[in-house]
Amino acid sequence: MSPAFLFLIALGLGLAGWLAGRAKARAFSRAAAPREVVARPGYHAWYVAIWVAVPLALFAVLWSVLSPILIEQWVLATPAGQNLPEFGFQRQTILAEAQAVARGSAAAVFTPQARDLVEPFREATLFYTLIGVGFGIAMAAILGLWAYSRIKPAFGARVRVERAVMALLLLASLVAILTTFGILASLVFETVRFFGMVSPVDFLFGTSWNPDPMSSPTAPQGDRYGAIPLFWGTIFIGAIIAMIVAIPLGMMSAIYLTQYASPRWRKIIKPALEILAGVPTVVYGYFAALTVAPMIRDAAQAVGITNASSESALAAGLVMGVMIIPFVSSMADDSIAAVPGSMRDGSLAMGATKSETIKKVLIPAALPGIVGGVMLAVSRAIGETMIVVMAASTAANLSANPLEAMTTVTVQIVALLTGEGSFDHPATLSAFALGFVLFMVTLALNFIALRVVKRFREAYE
Amino acid sequence: MTVIHDMDDKAEAKMRARDVSVYYGDKKAIDDVSIDIPTKYVTAFIGPSGCGKSTFLRTLNRMNDTIASARVEGNIELDGENIYSSGMDVVQLRARVGMVFQKPNPFPKSIYDNIAYGPKIHGIASGKSELDEIVERSLQRAGLWNEVKDRLGESGTALSGGQQQRLCIARAIAVDPEVILMDEPASALDPIATAKIEELIDDLAGRYAIVIVTHSMQQAARVSHRTAFFHLGKMVEYGPTDQIFTNPLEERTKDYITGRYG
Repeated sequence: MSPAFLFLIALGLGLAGWLAGRAKARAFSRAAAPREVVARPGYHAWYVAIWVAVPLALFAVLWSVLSPILIEQWVLATPAGQNLPEFGFQRQTILAEAQAVARGSAAAVFTPQARDLVEPFREATLFYTLIGVGFGIAMAAILGLWAYSRIKPAFGARVRVERAVMALLLLASLVAILTTFGILASLVFETVRFFGMVSPVDFLFGTSWNPDPMSSPTAPQGDRYGAIPLFWGTIFIGAIIAMIVAIPLGMMSAIYLTQYASPRWRKIIKPALEILAGVPTVVYGYFAALTVAPMIRDAAQAVGITNASSESALAAGLVMGVMIIPFVSSMADDSIAAVPGSMRDGSLAMGATKSETIKKVLIPAALPGIVGGVMLAVSRAIGETMIVVMAASTAANLSANPLEAMTTVTVQIVALLTGEGSFDHPATLSAFALGFVLFMVTLALNFIALRVVKRFREAYE
Repeated sequence: MTVIHDMDDKAEAKMRARDVSVYYGDKKAIDDVSIDIPTKYVTAFIGPSGCGKSTFLRTLNRMNDTIASARVEGNIELDGENIYSSGMDVVQLRARVGMVFQKPNPFPKSIYDNIAYGPKIHGIASGKSELDEIVERSLQRAGLWNEVKDRLGESGTALSGGQQQRLCIARAIAVDPEVILMDEPASALDPIATAKIEELIDDLAGRYAIVIVTHSMQQAARVSHRTAFFHLGKMVEYGPTDQIFTNPLEERTKDYITGRYG
């Protein structure tokens, strides 16, 4: 309750500071000569408001972390707290129960020992809430008054407020980056645990993937965790079959849209293609499993391949290819459209036909952008899960036959994490190792793709 | 409109435009222009911005076809053949009537490939050695050979602006056109590069019919044999350059030449 309350106070005091700052700035602006005041009243107002509200909000965040710890210590220091059982689980249950009653979210205690703890919890919560609010308000008031006293006609509030805005924007962009590192860290920890049980050499170069969550966790398991079939399945479905579909179709649709389609037609087709990118992948999965896979099986049987299964890498790859057509086509579209029109005119004026111009001038000039788009599409395809789950089975097969059932890294991650193995079993932990490898590969692909696209941009600016 | 015919008996008409009007959508950009472009001479189109001189130039090799809303009325003949007739192959036409643009637009390919582009698509050269010859001859005619002969493999976009424009002229020459259209070819260049381009135009004049659109009246006076003055989509006056600049027949031409408006 207390952090949310502190945020409300921060808002209220910030508003008060804003109004006070503006009133003061308006007064001295009116009295001063035109060039004497370096910032408009609004900037002075924001300057005061920021000094009031931002430290208070930060304190609220800090307090929300700190106060539960302090409250618990208070409770444990009481005689009833001293008598709690030592064992972790039971102790935690009793504490949580008492706290729930103290907060009012539970009507009565279940464990008798908890009853004596309710009152200390109430006292402690009240005490630290008062301390937090009191300290917060005092701090905001002091900082606010200090800021208020600083604003004068010659005070550069504008520069300072602009700096604060920049800091805010920097913070926002850091959130995404820090999250990436957070993801990496959480993966690395479990991956290291996995590699403590299974050697990385077995994992990266073994050719048999057959984890058994029911086996004894202490037995050596190296020969069960050869991930090559998974990597192969991922590359075969995502980077080979899907790209054989997506690159030509995506390129051709981009060429049609940029060079041949009338503006009216383009206005219809382009959004339609982009809608394709917004279809949930589960829906593609249905399509792959219920329509495409049986069709492929029937076709294979019709030409005499009797052992064709209804789950095949081909079905998953084809549908995945269709799914990423919009990625390829919109990147190719952008980079072809970015080739200066003078280039096209120059070629046409030489007597080149439209298709000669496209083939010999536009596509070579747009190639880096197109390659970048394809690489982003690949990293998207190899991270894709649902289509493969539904259409290509979970059997790890090392085969070049597209009609066989195959599986990919992401499908195995899902299977292992939702499987019945305990959390510290190597079968479960191997999911993190797979995720880590996948993360590194897509990171590398994106990195290369962005480098390529950047070089392309420099060429025309 | 004042047109002086038979100013030079040797100048036979390479291209002949009759009653040409050009529309962008409903807007009339060129109004009823008739003109003869003499072979092996330089013809300059001058006039204030937006007068339609570039638009008219682009009708001569049908580059206006690339603008969806543009529509051309009237007759334009190349050696007596109507270039807007259904039998005319635009690819052939543009090989015979080449074009150089305002902003140098070399392809992002090597210098060699820039020149070889046209001969390759038209199948002019039968082998590598013949292609080499064409590349060298074109670069020589464009006065660029000595500057680039040791680095034909480098990208055409790495050259300086003036060199790029001469590369584009060489590229146009490589397919052996009969007419070369130049749309303000020196307006993006510095005075030294401009002088080189003008010199080049002078050299090329005996070999091709050249039509140049220019903002600069001095440039028109320096390089052209005939000058046409365009104003508000109409051709006001057309005649020998000397006469247009010293003794124009139309009041509007005189006003423009003497800088009274424009």
